[in-house]
Amino acid sequence: MTMEMYSLTSVQLDALREIGNIGAGNAATSMSVLTNQKIDMEVPVVSLIPFDQVMELIGGPDELVAAVYLRILGEAPGTVFFIMALSEAENLARQMSKEADFKILDSAEDDLAFSALMEAGNILTGSYLSALSDFLQINMQPSIPSLGIDLAGAILSVGLIELSQVTDYAIVIDTKMNNEQEAFRGHFFLLPDADTLPKIFNALGIDAYE
Amino acid sequence: MNSSNQVVKVGIADLNVVKAPDLIRTSGLGSCVGCIIYDPVKKLAGLAHIMLPDSNLSRQSQMNPYKYADTALEVLIEKLLSMGARKGSLKAKIAGGAQMFKFASQSDMMRIGPRNVEAVVDKLKKAGIPLVSSDVGGDCGRTIEFDPDDCMLHIRTVSKGEKKI
Repeated sequence: MTMEMYSLTSVQLDALREIGNIGAGNAATSMSVLTNQKIDMEVPVVSLIPFDQVMELIGGPDELVAAVYLRILGEAPGTVFFIMALSEAENLARQMSKEADFKILDSAEDDLAFSALMEAGNILTGSYLSALSDFLQINMQPSIPSLGIDLAGAILSVGLIELSQVTDYAIVIDTKMNNEQEAFRGHFFLLPDADTLPKIFNALGIDAYE
Repeated sequence: MNSSNQVVKVGIADLNVVKAPDLIRTSGLGSCVGCIIYDPVKKLAGLAHIMLPDSNLSRQSQMNPYKYADTALEVLIEKLLSMGARKGSLKAKIAGGAQMFKFASQSDMMRIGPRNVEAVVDKLKKAGIPLVSSDVGGDCGRTIEFDPDDCMLHIRTVSKGEKKI
């Protein structure tokens, strides 16, 4: 099956939305414990879009973002990003490290607040993935996550390279979460590799060729 | 039409050409390479935002030629010639090819930045187009803009500010 011709049925879209829900729901719980705050999440948005539009989901390729990136290894490979606007990542890092005047762009890489941010990213992406893996009963292992602070285009294209050998479209399962004051907001992006989608549908008992 | 300084934007795995006074730009290059080919006399320039080194990597039945170094540069050169550029006066500048995340991976795809740079340099050499300047590698994203009038490439990065090559 090539993804070029691919379109998703409403049943398949629902299934992917549910996956976003389950992953981000678990991550929101972890986040809530971590920050001792109530964390809300929005209904996931599933899109099948050209690469350019993937960047537009978070404000365009020139937008400055902080993102934790990991590859899903195992039976159903793919890429997970947890993406925050710079100011929101700063808020989170300040809160976790108790460094009230922490500034991402002015700080040295060994600043404690960076480790805190990285750790938050680890916990979030890890809990997203473990919920997914449990739900689908598919073996998914996270690679070591990395933190990147850069232009959205430069960061997100890392997740598109694998796909780009097969297609010019990406399936993005985008779940937003935020705390009550909306001081902290983040996007979870799950980008399944091209061959992974049929495996996910199969695990859910949905016909991939419907 | 004589309106001045329009900026033509080129997306990922895409390319386009401009004539002065218009500028051409692409945003958020990571491991991708932005390759400018220009004719300094005719003040024409083309920009390709290249994602992958080699069209032989494609597993698509209908591949997008703008995505790969070898095919994108061929199209770009053709477009410039058809606009009136002369083959002998074409020159090139490149930027990008970073490695955004540092960690070892079993996937060769993690080294895609340097491989893209190699492929573009190689293709330019084969086409006989001199590479005038480049800003490649490292671990940060770049947004680039080329002015065919003075033939300068403006490069903006998050951590290292702006420069011209």
